[in-house]
Amino acid sequence: MLLLNCPCCGVDADETELAAGGEAHLKRETVGAEDEAFEAYLFMRDNPRGVHFERWRHAYGCGKWFLAARDTVTLEVFGTYPAQTKKPPKAIENALKKKRPDWKGWA
Amino acid sequence: MKRYSAFAIAREAARYHTGWERAWRSPEPKTHYDVIIIGAGGHGLATAYYLGKNHGIRNVAIIEKGWLGGGNTGRNTTIIRSNYLQDPSAAIYEKSRSLYETLSQDLNYNIMFSPRGLIMLAQTHHEVRGYQRTAYANALQGVKTEFISPARVKQLVPIMDISGPRYPVLGGLYQARGGTARHDAVAWGYARACSDMGMDVLQKTEVTAVRSEGGTVTGVETSRGIIGCKKLSIVVAGHSGHVAEMAGFRLPIESVALQALVSEPIKPCMDVVVMANTVHGYMSQSDKGEMVIGGGTDGYNNYTQRGSFHHIEETVRALIETFPMISRLKMLRQWGGIVDITGDRSPILSKTPLGNCFINAGWGTGGFKAIPGSGWAMAELVAKGEPGPLAAAFGLDRFREGRFIDESVAAGVAH
Ligand SMILES: Cc1cc2nc3c(=O)[nH]c(=O)nc-3n(C[C@H](O)[C@H](O)[C@H](O)COP(=O)(O)OP(=O)(O)OC[C@H]3O[C@@H](n4cnc5c(N)ncnc54)[C@H](O)[C@@H]3O)c2cc1C
Ligand SMILES: [Zn+2]
Repeated sequence: MLLLNCPCCGVDADETELAAGGEAHLKRETVGAEDEAFEAYLFMRDNPRGVHFERWRHAYGCGKWFLAARDTVTLEVFGTYPAQTKKPPKAIENALKKKRPDWKGWA
Repeated sequence: MKRYSAFAIAREAARYHTGWERAWRSPEPKTHYDVIIIGAGGHGLATAYYLGKNHGIRNVAIIEKGWLGGGNTGRNTTIIRSNYLQDPSAAIYEKSRSLYETLSQDLNYNIMFSPRGLIMLAQTHHEVRGYQRTAYANALQGVKTEFISPARVKQLVPIMDISGPRYPVLGGLYQARGGTARHDAVAWGYARACSDMGMDVLQKTEVTAVRSEGGTVTGVETSRGIIGCKKLSIVVAGHSGHVAEMAGFRLPIESVALQALVSEPIKPCMDVVVMANTVHGYMSQSDKGEMVIGGGTDGYNNYTQRGSFHHIEETVRALIETFPMISRLKMLRQWGGIVDITGDRSPILSKTPLGNCFINAGWGTGGFKAIPGSGWAMAELVAKGEPGPLAAAFGLDRFREGRFIDESVAAGVAH
């Protein structure tokens, strides 16, 4: 059972209330992009065993998108943060470095 | 290798079963092999088997971090069918299904293939049209299927309620030669045959790094030392992203947990496999009498081999609606496997950015049925360095070129 705190409305939402949206912080490509860049945006994924940054939507709550840092093996949640960011906030990065010393860092 | 036969059973019975030999050797790794295959699931083992049998390449190691078939091969609900829509899928799945027909004899190992028939229920008008279209496509592809009436569905599966309140049964896509097989036996049978050809099945050996020089793989680092190879084949299903990262490339794959459960054993009551994709549940009865039930995939990436609880509830709810008599059955076991879902839900049999490294992945929720055909096609790719007709459409380049195999063959729903 996964619980995520929605930073938009503050609710601790159960996974049945949420819709997963896949890897976060992808560079969105558009008209004029090379095939390779488009492929990377649409299909290529890190799919790590461990720390994963991902998109979620509070589908049966406030309806808004947000982002989360989560471990894909233990399901530990390191924090959630607003979708309007290009990279994870410093606080989450610091927490991650402490909890997962072997984490390869924010790319 | 001593062959198994009725005579062998009689002979052993007469001497207190003291003469059976181990089914496969557990050797020390050599320092170098012609081909290393990472992953001793069904697909890795079948690749090795057909490398030896069809292409004469026998200096092969199959490296497994856990035990034989401990991945998805030993965790699935064993549904076998080939009633796909697109030509490339129908070709490889039908090749696979037809190899299953004689696999027990071929391997001299009883894999308990049971072509008991399989029905995919049509419970919406959309599904009726979709399955009718598939039946026509299958006729063109030479895959024998038919679209059957609700009355015929009821005749084949008397325990089904075909007039359910939400989604009454409107028909079904029936493949009479679809069915099930014993999953562990498929892994064990291939392993025994590979070992007999002189190949090394290395269990409890985890690959931790891939070594390469100038775009060519030279070997792998494992928990039992460095092992060199001329060619490398990655066949690790849910762990594909992880191993590809070791080799330095990314894949259009995400890994999620898919779960299944079985009931207490009961008397024979259903001798067909039934899949109900609209309400989302599928069920068959094992030879032991357990009802084998397939659940749903988690919505988010994870490697937990467990799965979210609410999916069980959804699946059971759907199945009780379809088969009211199971409502009082106790469930015995539940488990999960990590399935590898690709961008177009079709598998990948492909060359990689490394010249002598090949990958077989993305079978997702439905690759048990594909084991013999996939191994056959993958062996050809590894042996010749180029895909043959069965694998050609499944290359990684299709994602860049937009040449998808648009079929939810590996989607979170159907198997
Ligand atoms: C619950 C469930 C139900 C399913 N139902 C069906 C069904 O009804 N019909 C159907 O056709 N398919 C079904 N499937 C899908 C099917 O099980 C898989 O597609 C198929 O078994 C994949 O086989 P594989 O050999 O590729 O992978 P696996 O059997 O998972 O083998 C991969 C192996 O690689 C090993 N490995 C991973 N990383 C490393 C490493 N670093 N070093 C060494 N070894 C490594 C793993 O330990 C594993 O044993 C189901 C799957 C699940 C989970
Ligand atoms: Zn919210």
